[in-house]
Amino acid sequence: MAEPRKNPPASGGSGKPPAKPARPAASSGARPQTKAVARPAAKPAPKPKTEVERRSPVGDVGAPDSYTPLMQPGSGIKGLLAPVGGFGVTLSNMFRKTVTEEYPSEKVPAKPRYHGRHQLNRYADGLEKCIGCELCAWACPADAIYVEGADNTPDNQRSPGERFGAVYQINYLRCIFCGLCIEACPTRALTMTNEYELAGPTRAGMIWEKQDLLAPLREGMLAAPHPMVEGTTDTEYYRGEVTHATDAQRAWVREHRPDDPTLPEGDGIAAANEAAQGETAAEMARLVAGANKQGSR
Amino acid sequence: MTITSAAPTTPLVPAAPPAVPEAPADEVTFSIDGIETSAPKGTLVIRAAEQLGIQIPRFCDHPLLAPAGACRQCLVEVWAPGRDGKLAKMPKPQASCTLEVMPGMEVKTQHTSPEADKAQHGVMELLLINHPLDCPVCDKGGECPLQNQAMSNGRASTRFVDVKRTFPKPIAVSTQILLDRERCVLCQRCTRFSEEIAGDTFIDLQKRGANQQIGTFDPAVLGIEGDVPVGAATTDTTGKPFASYFSGNTVQICPVGALTSAAYRFRSRPFDLVSTPGVSEHDSNGSALRIDHRRGVVLRRLSGEDPAVNQEWISDKDRFAFTWQSAPDRLTTPLVRTRNADGTRGPLEPTSWVEALGAAAAGLRAAGAVGVLPGGRLTLEDAYAYGKFARVALGTNDVDGRARPHSDEEEAFLAHRVAGRTLEVTFGDLDRAPAVLLVGLEPEEEAGVLFLRLRQAVVRHKTRVVSVAALASRGVERLSGTLLAAAPGTEAEVLDGIVDGAADELGTTAEALAADGAVILVGERLAGVAGGFTAVLALAERTGARLAWVPRRAGERGAVEAGLLPSLLPGGRQVADGEARVDLAAVWDVDSLPAAPGRSTTQIIAGARDGSLGALVVGGLEPSDLPDPTLVRDALDRVGFLVSLEVRASEVTDRADVVLPVAPPVERSGTFVTWEGRPRPFPQALASHAMPDHRVLDKLADELGVVLGLATLADVHAELDQLGGWDGARVAAPAVTADEPPAVAPGTAVLATWHQLLDAGRLQTGEPHLAGTAKRAVARVSAATAAAAGVADGGALAVSTDAGTITLPAAVTDMPDHVVWLPTNAPGSAVRDTLHADAGDVVRIAAGSSEVV
Repeated sequence: MAEPRKNPPASGGSGKPPAKPARPAASSGARPQTKAVARPAAKPAPKPKTEVERRSPVGDVGAPDSYTPLMQPGSGIKGLLAPVGGFGVTLSNMFRKTVTEEYPSEKVPAKPRYHGRHQLNRYADGLEKCIGCELCAWACPADAIYVEGADNTPDNQRSPGERFGAVYQINYLRCIFCGLCIEACPTRALTMTNEYELAGPTRAGMIWEKQDLLAPLREGMLAAPHPMVEGTTDTEYYRGEVTHATDAQRAWVREHRPDDPTLPEGDGIAAANEAAQGETAAEMARLVAGANKQGSR
Repeated sequence: MTITSAAPTTPLVPAAPPAVPEAPADEVTFSIDGIETSAPKGTLVIRAAEQLGIQIPRFCDHPLLAPAGACRQCLVEVWAPGRDGKLAKMPKPQASCTLEVMPGMEVKTQHTSPEADKAQHGVMELLLINHPLDCPVCDKGGECPLQNQAMSNGRASTRFVDVKRTFPKPIAVSTQILLDRERCVLCQRCTRFSEEIAGDTFIDLQKRGANQQIGTFDPAVLGIEGDVPVGAATTDTTGKPFASYFSGNTVQICPVGALTSAAYRFRSRPFDLVSTPGVSEHDSNGSALRIDHRRGVVLRRLSGEDPAVNQEWISDKDRFAFTWQSAPDRLTTPLVRTRNADGTRGPLEPTSWVEALGAAAAGLRAAGAVGVLPGGRLTLEDAYAYGKFARVALGTNDVDGRARPHSDEEEAFLAHRVAGRTLEVTFGDLDRAPAVLLVGLEPEEEAGVLFLRLRQAVVRHKTRVVSVAALASRGVERLSGTLLAAAPGTEAEVLDGIVDGAADELGTTAEALAADGAVILVGERLAGVAGGFTAVLALAERTGARLAWVPRRAGERGAVEAGLLPSLLPGGRQVADGEARVDLAAVWDVDSLPAAPGRSTTQIIAGARDGSLGALVVGGLEPSDLPDPTLVRDALDRVGFLVSLEVRASEVTDRADVVLPVAPPVERSGTFVTWEGRPRPFPQALASHAMPDHRVLDKLADELGVVLGLATLADVHAELDQLGGWDGARVAAPAVTADEPPAVAPGTAVLATWHQLLDAGRLQTGEPHLAGTAKRAVARVSAATAAAAGVADGGALAVSTDAGTITLPAAVTDMPDHVVWLPTNAPGSAVRDTLHADAGDVVRIAAGSSEVV
């Protein structure tokens, strides 16, 4: 509450009580109140410093005799229009392009490098890129990521190589979207999308699990787990030499999961993605859709 | 308020005095990086640099292994005075891990010598040529010396453009140990460990030159068909390459991620683990551990460093068997059982502590005479609380911590020779001992770290090891030990035969034991031999050798110190001694203590069966550990009221009226006492609401209207310190004459048996990878005995009594005739449960009906 110093009561003025200190202590907030108590209203404000003293507030005293305004008053038509001159700004802006975003009625895409929510990517044959190395968790300055790795076995090959991420959680209550996890990821498994609508009423609903974060399957992909493309190692995958799922992989999936929707004879990629979507992500999508509907015009 | 001068008291179990550094030998003066220093003659340059705080990168160097100079990473520039006395530069950089300091030598490390720095960069580049870039998936990533030193002493970028050498990864050396040959930098720490320390080679360098690799001795596994593997694995009795009990140490000392354990594979990363020091609960060595846990879950255990105890080695059981503490059958809430109208037991119902303690106290009060069986896995504090609870709250001496075969002779021996005499023989004494006699003790099976320390003494100081046993186990062979063959039950006879001037080994053994510093180590199994302890005491008296008792379980020695024997009070005070009782009663603030000697475990079990004991308070005890498990189960069924303090659901809790859950070691702090009598305090690793035994007993005593004052660890230790040791009268030495060995009719044999380190024990559940490295259960017989039974080597041998039959593959072994050896508690060989017999009993042997593999 520095106002009393900036606006001191005029010395030898009209005798009006000082405006700010005398304001009743019912103003908002506890901290100003206690300060007001500490400095009783009845007590005059401390003697202002000399520099402040020179600036007497206009209105309390008349302009000194020697006062000359720097801006010369207009004359003629200009003088007549002067009181409404300020509307010129308003008028000129009426013909400019609107910058207001009608969110959430209209959604403007974020910039391509916007740090939105994360995504766990897949290789072109549908295997996961995440190897559960926890480097993202190590890099995270907010301790928002929790990962547990596990062994890829012939029956459960989820990523190329020996290891995959069995547990993957990002706590969006903690995440600060700094992107250090993305830089740490050795396989480009973790990237950030432009998705920014992340809100929910519960804490648990803000912790995204692996199935919530996994990128949707695309055309040509086969849902994991399945064996790696024959004759390849994780190096070929990393180099991008695997471009699609092979017949041998499809045969393996057909043998182990005959009803898999990502098989050519299955229900299709869209159905697979719908079935595989994580509960938390789905719940948040529902909440966001509801909020958008409510907020839209 | 009275002011009393604080009398200087020694705690009940005093800590070991700090090790006195040995007087330095000839000092050598030299300089490293321009800093003049001196070190004892024979010091390695790399150690001397460590003393100055100068870090030289290294991979193969390990303080406890012999210098190898295998990795060449520690190259330094060396100037040494020549014959003319002039300082001359050695023409090439020298490996500082194999170079001893010389007077006047000037060493320049990478910090001051561009040449050394360049040499180290070059070596690092060579080591990294074939090293894969899989740090993100490697278990060592984050705590890897190669990773760290590649950053500190390597090039920033690679110049290598060719194809790296690759191998199929990983190969399983055993079910527990996995080998990734791509990552190996051929430092040979693992092979040197298995050769020098454990003495059970199971891997070695294979091939030469660019193809050199660490490998097992199996060409099929290595993928080198056509080539002959170098060396041969020590094989177990089934002819398969042997899996070592100490193989986990190779994982810990591997400076890259070439050796990893199946149990910890891909479980976590070093940076999200919290480390707490710990002490192993598996044997009486008190090995220092490092417990690594994350979010309330223990993920791995590593060896801690304690030069006085386990150095840097632990057994695989210490390392890998920890999941029992969080097994699915962990008890978390108190349980109370209501009896049905007909007296049969109803179901156990979870309840509150208040209700459970109330029910337990009411039951104990109503029961009249109560017996206490605390079990052998207790900390010192818990053992003390059990003893005080029995004597103060229950007013009885019917308390016995021995959950194993035992005898009155043993009790007298423990009270006479063990209790209150801590640190009379230590691990360090074994190093210096000229001879060690093992009686009723298999160090490798029953005390893993003791075996390593003994082997170190054998390798370094040529300690002579003599074992009195039925057969020379592989462990004794690796100790270059001599066997004094004794059929079970005749050990006393053999011990009595060790006299000066006796023939053969007996005479030389007597001579060796008479040497200054010789040690006799007695195992708990000698309790099964009448006259055994008497003979051992006589032998120690006769030869002047020092004597130590090495029990198998972690809590046994602490229980003796805390007075968990029917005739023994804490600190070696005896129940029969009125002065000792008065002394203790004063500290415990009671009028008097029960003077009648109590009952032993067997007598308590019998008392519970015949109704002379109305109730039992039982700690961590398995009926199958006791001589006759059927009797124990029957007693637990019949006893009027049964209170169980347990960590996990067990056969006892299945029968208990009130179950009070207690904390496993990882969720509490406490103190184990080693066989030496050394207190080994350990802190609590995991946050937990579970209460340790002493706290539960304190609460239970409160409910009985008795204040024990043992609620916290500080309370217990304050009382232990106040109590102190005892220098008054001791129990007299036992004097028991040996039994005549039983007659062995044709078709029968005397049973010899001991526990294997890895078996069907309760503390090893939930560890399939560890169980896979256990020795295969076999029945050992001599060639003549096998022939008499009509069994070939490897054929099925059925060992039976009236109670049951155990059928195992026979292994013909060099051992006395008419003796058959079985593992006590291996899968498929539960000797006590199946046969109701123990070492020294006569069993029937015959060819098995079917071939067993």
